[in-house]
Amino acid sequence: MSDTAHKTDGFQPRIVAFFCNWCTYTAADLAGTARMTYAPNVRVVRVMCSGRLDPQFIMEAFRNGADGVLIGGCHPGDCHYQAGNYKALRRYILLKRVMKEMGIEEGRFRLEWIAASEGDKVQRVINEMTETIRKLGPLHLEPVNIPATAHVQVGTDKAAVAARGGVS
Amino acid sequence: MSKPKVAFYWCASCGGCEEAVVDLNEDILGVVQAVDIVFWPVALDFKRQDVEAMDDGSITVSFINGAIRSSEQYEMVELLRRKSKIVIAFGSCAHLGGIPGLANTFDRAAMLKEAYLESPSVTSGNTTIPQTEITVPEGKLTLPELWDTVKSLDQTIKVDYYLPGCPPPANLIKEAVTTILEGRLPEPGTILAPDIALCEDCPRRETKPDKLIIEQFKRPSQYIIDPDQCILAQGFLCLGSVTRKGCGAVCIEGNMPCTGCMGPTSRVKDFGAKAMSAIASLIDADDEEKITKIIDGMADPVGTFYRYSLPASIIHRSYQKPDGGGAHNGA
Amino acid sequence: MSVPENRTNGTPKIGVYICHCGINIANKVNIKETVDFAAKLPYVTVAKEYKFMCSDPGQELIQQDIRAGLIDRVVVASCSPLMHEATFRNATGEGGANPFMFQMANIREHVSWVTFDKDAATVKAKALIAAAVHRVSLHRPLEQTRVPVHPDVLVVGGGIAGIHASLTLANAGKKVYLVEREPTIGGHMAKFDKTFPTLDCSACILTPKMSAVRAHPNITLWTYSEVVGVEGFVGNFKVKVRRKPRYVDEDLCVGCLECIEACIFKKGKFPDEFNQGLSQRKPIYIPFPQATPLVAVIDPETCAHFKTGKCKKPCADACQPGAVKFDQTEEIKEVAVGSVILATGFKAFDAARVGRYGYGKYPNIYTSLEIERLVNAAGPTGGELKMADGRKPKSVGIVHCVGSRDNNTNAYCSRVCCMYSLKLAHLIKERTEAEVYNFYIDMRTPGKGYEEFYERLLKENVHFIRGRVAEINDWAMIDEEKGHLIIRVEDTLIGRVRRVPVDMVVLSVGLEAQPDADAVRRLFNISCSHEGWFLERHPKLAPVSTFTEGIFLAGACQGPKDIPDCVAQAGAAAAEALALIDKGSVELEPNTAFVNEEVCAGCHTCLNVCPYGAISYIKEINKARVNGALCKGCGTCVAACPSGALQQNLFTDEQIMNEIKGVMNHV
Repeated sequence: MSDTAHKTDGFQPRIVAFFCNWCTYTAADLAGTARMTYAPNVRVVRVMCSGRLDPQFIMEAFRNGADGVLIGGCHPGDCHYQAGNYKALRRYILLKRVMKEMGIEEGRFRLEWIAASEGDKVQRVINEMTETIRKLGPLHLEPVNIPATAHVQVGTDKAAVAARGGVS
Repeated sequence: MSKPKVAFYWCASCGGCEEAVVDLNEDILGVVQAVDIVFWPVALDFKRQDVEAMDDGSITVSFINGAIRSSEQYEMVELLRRKSKIVIAFGSCAHLGGIPGLANTFDRAAMLKEAYLESPSVTSGNTTIPQTEITVPEGKLTLPELWDTVKSLDQTIKVDYYLPGCPPPANLIKEAVTTILEGRLPEPGTILAPDIALCEDCPRRETKPDKLIIEQFKRPSQYIIDPDQCILAQGFLCLGSVTRKGCGAVCIEGNMPCTGCMGPTSRVKDFGAKAMSAIASLIDADDEEKITKIIDGMADPVGTFYRYSLPASIIHRSYQKPDGGGAHNGA
Repeated sequence: MSVPENRTNGTPKIGVYICHCGINIANKVNIKETVDFAAKLPYVTVAKEYKFMCSDPGQELIQQDIRAGLIDRVVVASCSPLMHEATFRNATGEGGANPFMFQMANIREHVSWVTFDKDAATVKAKALIAAAVHRVSLHRPLEQTRVPVHPDVLVVGGGIAGIHASLTLANAGKKVYLVEREPTIGGHMAKFDKTFPTLDCSACILTPKMSAVRAHPNITLWTYSEVVGVEGFVGNFKVKVRRKPRYVDEDLCVGCLECIEACIFKKGKFPDEFNQGLSQRKPIYIPFPQATPLVAVIDPETCAHFKTGKCKKPCADACQPGAVKFDQTEEIKEVAVGSVILATGFKAFDAARVGRYGYGKYPNIYTSLEIERLVNAAGPTGGELKMADGRKPKSVGIVHCVGSRDNNTNAYCSRVCCMYSLKLAHLIKERTEAEVYNFYIDMRTPGKGYEEFYERLLKENVHFIRGRVAEINDWAMIDEEKGHLIIRVEDTLIGRVRRVPVDMVVLSVGLEAQPDADAVRRLFNISCSHEGWFLERHPKLAPVSTFTEGIFLAGACQGPKDIPDCVAQAGAAAAEALALIDKGSVELEPNTAFVNEEVCAGCHTCLNVCPYGAISYIKEINKARVNGALCKGCGTCVAACPSGALQQNLFTDEQIMNEIKGVMNHV
């Protein structure tokens, strides 16, 4: 049992996980049935297949305050729908490149193949990811709309960063 | 009854949108006759003070093009918003942030450094970066503040309608102007272009293969585009399937791929994300290495997928750590 | 929350019901706090808690509130939707709302059971409830499609499980296709001499069932055949079966063995698979006298005609009915079935993988399966157990847990080895009067009459030494050990390392998943455990079902089990298939994709993305169209659709987006 599952103080990352119904969601259920305690930081959104995942969902999760996003799908060759996970992989690789260019650290966005029987992998991946993001710190995306006081925000770059809601 | 008052204003833009208004040719004369143009800095000599002097809400419609990236631009559009009944975001930059919005992959400091200190065209030894305020013997000089982040118009003020495109197609402008002047106001927030993707109007739509796959991404500068075949099917990143129609597929007619200036349909929130999803789905590989290899063949994915829409995207701008370090270096 | 009122037929009225699940949830999640939280979420008109929401009174709560007009959609925060989604959809439907105006928040498997800290668990439960509330506010009424269930069943594997399942179904009047890879059905059980604990003759109880399969008018038996393709879905599978050429016409062969007699090989020359290679067969052979079907088969790998082309083919000349047909080719059969029972069995652990036990290195070390053949009257030695030099063994050591309960090989217990080791101990003692030593870690004899059998063996003076065997070799240290195999073991009962010299060693090998289990499960689109066993839908409540509707499991393909368990499970699988057939139709999950034709631009992106060919392009109108009967609801096309013209029922973009907002924005 790692400390991660028990840690209650300090920064608690919030991670949105998109799990496919047939493999990873089932594996997460299995982890539950087996009472494998893990970090409470992941919140699972169930989709039928990782192929359903539109990069907009991932970005929306970040936009809504997620510090990390985890995608869980069936292992290559195991997709319940034959090939949805390959589509997920293609989108993930492209999206990851774009995310990186957009300055979002790699550790915040992860895809894992987790089979229905791999409850222990759910535990391990979630603990690992929580730990990684704990080290990276919170993700503060700049608010989209201009704050009412924006027109007086002149001065140093630091102030500009603060205006983006950088430090809270 | 007095003629409706109309204002045009430009912010961070290239001037192409102004050109588009002029491109209405003789139709512009009809517009000019139908309306009073009360503010159009690029063409007519009105000043800010003239606008400030107007009553709030006295301008019928303001057409604002360009993205918002400086305190001056913000002050101006805020002013126009106050004075106008209707504000129309005119063109890709006002609509989605546009090409100037790609600056959102950098931060201001990096950008100023590149532009004023490190660019090869800068005199070596230059150490001067523009300041918002400087005191010289003659007195205090000021400049507008350059924002760290480029915004689309609706991220700064309330926008009633959007005329998309880089620049907006003449027929859509005419239609919009007519509709509004005739008082047939669409639902607020409407994008004044057909809500369906460009492929429908594509002259090459018959040539689309059923099995649409991409084995390699090609760039128009490296390969010749077959003028009779679906451009995407040839491996060139044509974003017509993601992009609103209404432009008449002029780029395709010119044998160039659609780059997405008309923005997404109403059902898509983030143009680039959706485009990535669609395009990646077509990649003809299943293992990580092959997929990566094909994707590596794509030059500048952010610039490609978010060419016109980075500020309006869900992520909005590149992420900078609160400590000011910035995960990106502007490279 | 982004729910324009006009889109959902007025303002949603959401009921949130939070389940204690006894103490399973209530022990970790602060229920009261969660209910108060839920009550304040947008559009929530009712927030309640109950001890067991899945109980009748729990479901009644929901129904009453719907009937009273308090709510028009439901969130239940309890266990996994994979567990009780159907229950609560039904309850919602019974109450008078559309069953799909329901969403579940999994606060047991995903929260209370996996979270250490109570506050953290409560926060997480709240987030999941908020997500469900946001999502359900955008749910729309949906109708389920019913499709008929094809009444025929495919059974894969002709061991005892497959045989029993086939006969059960056939006796109920259903048509069964039984596909077996080997030239005969019978599986492992046909190789056994006796069965524990009753010591029934294995062949005597099995072969009548084998004959019944052959004779049953409702069973189509395809041996020497493999399933090569599976398409479709519950009630409507299309299966392709490859029938390998056996070069003997099954309809003409009478099983007279003349062909075998006539073969140019005068004696058997090639390892006989049925006898674990302990005897030799000819290229044309019948695996064993009760093989079913009793039809010869030619092994092209060893047949002189196939190898050299120079054989005069005396077998063909000797066959009066003219059944030998060298020009036979493989055949692909296509059948339609409504359900499938997988009974593909196990593979015995390869004892050579535990090098220190000397298997293959020293003579007189056998695996348990080899001993089964050696003590079998129909086996290669006529039932005589002899050593390599022809002597009867005076002492035999039986080593338990070879390839079981061992982190170097398989961590799990193979369940049958203790009992069959006892059986073999009895048989060896009976046949040879040798001293028999059992080396065991723990004796595991749960089962009817099993412990009693162990007691009996103790009385038969079989020796039991508790300890895992360290090594087996022939390195004698004292004269008494010379010419013997020495079993080194720590006897944990007396706390000493012992060296036990014996004449013969039996390695009680464990059970492993079939080497091609992975390929088979992919074919049938089901899951496997780490060890390769097919994964049941639920270990307790759906032990013969899989995550793919209409595919059932029987026998050792699901995990090690003995014959009674295999038969029981086969019966259960047959009953599941029967229930499906007799229901006559299945309701499909209405999570199919659909095209909004008004806004589809005909861009073709979706066409090739669909793995089922469910999307076609209608040229005349330049639109894509989803065939709902073919769509299985993965949603891959929806994510790919560049202009948002495709959506998926139950998983629309808006619903998922709202779930994301819900899960993030309240806690």
